Amino acid sequence: MPQLPIRRRHLIAAGGAALALGLISPLAAQSVTPTRTMRGGANNYRPGAPIVDRIGGGGFWMSGTVRRAGDGAPLAGQRIQIWAHTTEGHERDPQSHGATLTDENGMFRLEMPQIVPAFGQPHGHLAYDSGDYETVFLRPVMGSARDTSLEAHFVLQPA
Amino acid sequence: MRGPGRLPAALIWAGLGLALGLPLIAAADSPLLAYRRPVYIAAGFAGVVGLMLLAVQPLLAAGLLPGLSPRQSRRLHRFAGAALVLAVIGHVVGLWITSPPDVIDVLLLRSPTPFSIWGVLAMWALFASATLAVLRRRLASRLWRRAHRGLALVIVAGTVAHALLIQGTMEPVSKAGLSILAGLAVLWAVAGRNSAR
Repeated sequence: MPQLPIRRRHLIAAGGAALALGLISPLAAQSVTPTRTMRGGANNYRPGAPIVDRIGGGGFWMSGTVRRAGDGAPLAGQRIQIWAHTTEGHERDPQSHGATLTDENGMFRLEMPQIVPAFGQPHGHLAYDSGDYETVFLRPVMGSARDTSLEAHFVLQPA
Repeated sequence: MRGPGRLPAALIWAGLGLALGLPLIAAADSPLLAYRRPVYIAAGFAGVVGLMLLAVQPLLAAGLLPGLSPRQSRRLHRFAGAALVLAVIGHVVGLWITSPPDVIDVLLLRSPTPFSIWGVLAMWALFASATLAVLRRRLASRLWRRAHRGLALVIVAGTVAHALLIQGTMEPVSKAGLSILAGLAVLWAVAGRNSAR
């Protein structure tokens, strides 16, 4: 078995790496700091927007992730509310609002009508307000008004 | 008369008509209008009209528009000044009705949009300028002239920065053109020694 020493060396190296990762990762994870509410994020928020398959006719994708502050673990089943000024309505209109849940990887994705510039910027609004974690409102701005998707990421802190 | 006075009057008026008319026509053609309710559209156009008036105000103040006597120029300048105040109030009220929290953020200087601070600055400078204009007879003429010219610069600079940073009602090229006109006009009028007063 001439290859055994090599294997053993690999195993030791792998074990050492795992040990190192195990020691380092909790320290690295502590750098996952909670997302702060953005200025204007809560504007035209409507509490309790219903969970929907799609807002209006769709054609635009809002997506993102929800993780826990500290260890950065993905949070499944978290309700994220989304609203914007779109081709189908103003921010204040009830039909411009909808909610979705994160999957097992902490990811969410909701189809909605095309966001159009309002109050000078093409932007969307997102809220986490279920209470298990501290409430966060986000207001991401699109790089271009022609974009057909937008992302926003939450790192939540236990309430 | 100075430089521009040598141009044929018809050319100056036609040029001014184009400089003011094109941005208005371009804004009226904006695809965004389809997604806005009338009060939001009106608020946007009040802003466009405000910028148009700002481009004309220095020309009237400096008496640069041909065919108008200094007296007519001054009267039109006052009239346009009052119209400008109304346009700004219409702009803010219309936006407030459209989205109250966004306008409250702007007025409290906590808006996420960088252009709004310039608009607020220009608005207060305009209100100050209008107040001084009303109280003008009680002011020393030197103080009045300095304050009015200084505020005019702030109003135009603030408004131009506000307008250029916005993605909205106005078409970008015609907006830039009108902004340049307003900027040059105010610099010309403020630098001029014999502006109508």
